Amino acid sequence: MSLAPPRKGENWELRQQLNSEYRDKRADAIKRVIANHTIGKDCSGLFPDVVKNMQTDDLEQKKLVYLYLMNYAKTQPELVILAVNTFVKDTADPNPLVRALAIRTMAVLRTEKTLDYLASPLSTCLKDENPYVRKTAALCVAKVFDLKPELCIEYGFIETLRDLIGDGNPMVVANAVTALGDIHETSLTLPTSRPASPGGSTPPPSARPSQSLFIIDGPTLTKLLVALGECSEWGRIAILGTLARYKAQDEKESEHICERVMPQFQHNNAAVVLGAVKVIMIHMKNVTREDLIKSLTRKMAPPLVTLISSAPEIQWVALRNINLLLQKRPDILANEMRVFFCKYNDPPYVKVEKLDIMVRLASEKNVDTLLGELREYASEVDVDFVRKAVRAVGQVAIKIEAAAERCVTVLMDLIETRVSYVVQEAVIVIKDIFRKYPHSYEGIIPALCANLDELDEPEAKASLIWIIGEYAEKIENAAELLGTFLDAFKEESYPVQLQTLTAIVKLYLKKPEESQVVVERVLKAATKDCDSADVRDRAFIYWRLLSTDASVAKSVVLSVRPPISLPQTTVAPAILEELIGEISSLASVYHKPAATFIGKGRFGADEMQKRAIDPEEELSREKALQTVVQGQQAENLLDFDADEPSSAPSNRDEDFLAAAAPGGISQAAIASAAKSSNPLDELMDLFSSASMAAPVSAPTGMPQASASASNGLGGLGGMSGGLEDLMSPHSASPVSNVQAPSKPQAQQSHTGGAEEDLLGLL
Amino acid sequence: MASLVAILDVKGKSLIQRSYKDDVPPSCIERFLPLVLDMEEENVQVTPCFSDDGINYMHIRHNNLYLLALSKRNSNAAEIIFFLHRLCSVLTEYFKELEEESIRDNFVIIYELLDEMMDFGYPQTTESKILQEYITQESHKLELQARPPMAVTNAVSWRSEGIRYRKNEVFLDVVESVNLLVNASGNVIRSEILGAVKMKCYLSGMPELRLGLNDKVMFESTGRAARGKSIEMEDVKFHQCVRLARFENDRTISFIPPDGEFELMSYRLSTPVKPLVWVEASVESHRGSRVEYMVKVRGQFKRRSTANNVEIYVPVPDDADSPKFRAAAGSVVYAPEKSAFVWKIKQLGGGRDYLMRAHFGLPSVRNEELDKRAPISVKFEIPYFTVSGIQVRYLKIVEKSGYQALPWVRYITQNGDDYVLRTISDAKSSSIIAPI
Repeated sequence: MSLAPPRKGENWELRQQLNSEYRDKRADAIKRVIANHTIGKDCSGLFPDVVKNMQTDDLEQKKLVYLYLMNYAKTQPELVILAVNTFVKDTADPNPLVRALAIRTMAVLRTEKTLDYLASPLSTCLKDENPYVRKTAALCVAKVFDLKPELCIEYGFIETLRDLIGDGNPMVVANAVTALGDIHETSLTLPTSRPASPGGSTPPPSARPSQSLFIIDGPTLTKLLVALGECSEWGRIAILGTLARYKAQDEKESEHICERVMPQFQHNNAAVVLGAVKVIMIHMKNVTREDLIKSLTRKMAPPLVTLISSAPEIQWVALRNINLLLQKRPDILANEMRVFFCKYNDPPYVKVEKLDIMVRLASEKNVDTLLGELREYASEVDVDFVRKAVRAVGQVAIKIEAAAERCVTVLMDLIETRVSYVVQEAVIVIKDIFRKYPHSYEGIIPALCANLDELDEPEAKASLIWIIGEYAEKIENAAELLGTFLDAFKEESYPVQLQTLTAIVKLYLKKPEESQVVVERVLKAATKDCDSADVRDRAFIYWRLLSTDASVAKSVVLSVRPPISLPQTTVAPAILEELIGEISSLASVYHKPAATFIGKGRFGADEMQKRAIDPEEELSREKALQTVVQGQQAENLLDFDADEPSSAPSNRDEDFLAAAAPGGISQAAIASAAKSSNPLDELMDLFSSASMAAPVSAPTGMPQASASASNGLGGLGGMSGGLEDLMSPHSASPVSNVQAPSKPQAQQSHTGGAEEDLLGLL
Repeated sequence: MASLVAILDVKGKSLIQRSYKDDVPPSCIERFLPLVLDMEEENVQVTPCFSDDGINYMHIRHNNLYLLALSKRNSNAAEIIFFLHRLCSVLTEYFKELEEESIRDNFVIIYELLDEMMDFGYPQTTESKILQEYITQESHKLELQARPPMAVTNAVSWRSEGIRYRKNEVFLDVVESVNLLVNASGNVIRSEILGAVKMKCYLSGMPELRLGLNDKVMFESTGRAARGKSIEMEDVKFHQCVRLARFENDRTISFIPPDGEFELMSYRLSTPVKPLVWVEASVESHRGSRVEYMVKVRGQFKRRSTANNVEIYVPVPDDADSPKFRAAAGSVVYAPEKSAFVWKIKQLGGGRDYLMRAHFGLPSVRNEELDKRAPISVKFEIPYFTVSGIQVRYLKIVEKSGYQALPWVRYITQNGDDYVLRTISDAKSSSIIAPI
């Protein structure tokens, strides 16, 4: 202390006490230091005084001093050396608790200097006669590896760990496995995330740990399977995690693993159960024996159902995983829909997940119960949940054709409640039903139109306007209805404006004689008074189309849209496969590959390269990953209708995967490929022709998505601007926008997480 | 894997925290609550796990506290969330009540526990019985230094050696909780039985126990199906002391029990259950003045049995006031904090039914909010009875010293967390009960 500290204040007092000759006083002082630390005061100034108290027989006091060291070692790296001696001495203490404590703490000080002193006591502790010390030391290897991998290699700690897998004590085995797993994970991120270690030079290539740090061979497998049945719950989780990584030699081995893991379904720790599910899902891929597969999936159901009675947070993790499992194997819980009925007191996040799973499990057999239940939910107070319940009714209608009529009845009942948000949501949902079953339920249109005045949300309004436009020929007063929207055209939100515009144009094409006035009004309003470029551009295009050739206009505006359906999966098959292999991890909870949220949430080039271990499998996965990232980026860049990013990665990836070169694809290429989903192709053609001011030449087959992907790409390439530039022409395109509202809402609501906020946009 | 574990108060301030890996800066803890509030503001669902800027936040709530774990990796979410719950229960066992106050008062011991329960972000020993053996409130002095109990690392990590009792006894409680949901038209649309076998074990040494139940699967495999009723448990979960492989093989439940109280197993049956306590209510609502309820309860079980401590929660509007009750049995109290009134009946005999009436005033200003459609919920206990018909056939206790031990068995059926009936009907549209 070069600078004399003030001789008063709390720290000064504490210093006096820490140096007191009475043990009690010193012990009290240490407690106060820790108390101060706990409430966030900086106590680093007391470092030398606290360290003096390290040598004590009082275990509690020792623990507190150690705790202090853990927190402040980094702030006083030069002074830590003072403590090293005591640490090393403690690692040879007769009490195993002290030995373990010392080695455990020393390994987390995380300073270069102490590390060098750590090596030899660690080797001793790894061979300690007491299992408690050994299990603690095992984890220390992972700690050291995290700081200085070359040290572990130099001292052969990793081999020692591998030997510990054969230890007689299950707890030691478990921690050895845990440590090796951690080391494995760390080593995957090593070359990029670790620059030259401070103080030392970069490790020579030979010392650099390789992928082969933790290879599981036959004998290890046997040991793991034995330990699985014996060790504590947390050890089991570690072992199950390792078994999931193991690549079985042949089918017999896979069967063996499945059979040995199956009893873990009976464990009461949810993470053990999910871990076992993961291992079995992975190894089941190699199993061909029908009866075994059957018995495995049959036995998987009850434990999954039981998870639904656990604490809400655990339930939620389980539900997210069940959602994934159902995408892969929809049959697992086919008869268990009732357990997913929402409880009145379930937290909202659980209810939403349950709702999603219920729709997944809906079938002709259980649809009546489900609809009754959904209707009950629609009368609850949580607006968000009510809306989702109404939405679920629509999803059921789209999923099960036989039940569509009953769904419509339920929706009409709900509309009768006149609760504003229920009505609005129901209208949106009915629009999807019309999209799926055109011309089936026209009878309800008058009832819908009766609610025209009550709609105040853009999405609901737009939906109803779309319905009116679509069935303009059947609605006598369509012109009048649409005219009401025209009166306040300028005040409406853009989606409503776009929809009004399109609907009136449709009306005009269907009933030209009586809507001449309206169409002129809308085109004028949209081109002159509107401040949205999208609306303006669309109006211009319509105007030109209409003024040149009505038949072309008809084929564009009134084109037949492809049918919608509820997607079986919410993620691309390749990603689903990866996520299934990650059951119970955060990736499986978020439904996103790990690489998209760890680190910076973006991929680096070398990251991608490292993944090319198993060329074929990895490659396809990689591309799927990129698509997801692209999807996310696209969301940020483009604020257009949500259906683009959600549908592109899930449905189109195959197309563009084929189109893209197998090697390293530039991000831009992927971006453009991702965007080259059908509507965009059409748009590109249209747009390029429109911009050339030659609308007459627009090919008649255009709406049928005849434009090839390569054309679309060519168009993209030609426009040097990149995504941002593309943005506005895209949204302005008539074709894509005509389609936009008719895209299945259902599909969007499934995309979850990050895309959620886009849903409201339409 | 968790890099950091912290307990936060309701304002998001860290009460105590322990860093296990320094890849996540402690300052991230302060960002937790603002992130949650942001999400709430933007109407995004706040879920137990979320990720922001490369940091994963995993949390659970307990009373007014957040238990939070942070990580930078693709951690095992199930493991961490489960660990947080376990931490919660260990701390509760240590301090009776886990709240701000008890955390502040016991920070030293919590640090010790955090150190012992998790290492480098991986859960270690979380059995509170074992932890209590070597982490105690009193500090250890020279002569009596704590050592890690054998159990920490033993294959039998839940029981210490050298336990002695003068009288060796085991108490078995078979508790079945019934969850069910009855819809407005009176049909049971979902029901399940959650059973648990709880033990209080006062046995010396290292006893080997074997429990025999009337398990259908076992009966069938041993060809004894003919003898008596057997039950089919859909999913069974065991305490870690039970040998799972053995159960998988021949359905034998064999184990070395922990000392004292623990839950040996839990099971689930989704066989349809008839509502044991049936309740229906009719409401006559006069908006702006008053609301009247008529509630009927019926014990739908054998006449010999009795349901004890029956409590029926009937929801009422938030702004109801001046309650008046008249009940044929038991007592009624208004619980405004729950927006309900509670009808308590000490003993409800099988086959008996009772009526009660309630009258509330409503403010003349109409409540803008919609009526909450909360269901009626019921609490009860029926002793000496299990809905599933499960029976303990035997409990064999073998210890090498060869002592005789007495097993005691008790059965009880009670309501689960979710015993609810949506049988509140509008008096005008239905006529469930004639006036008293």
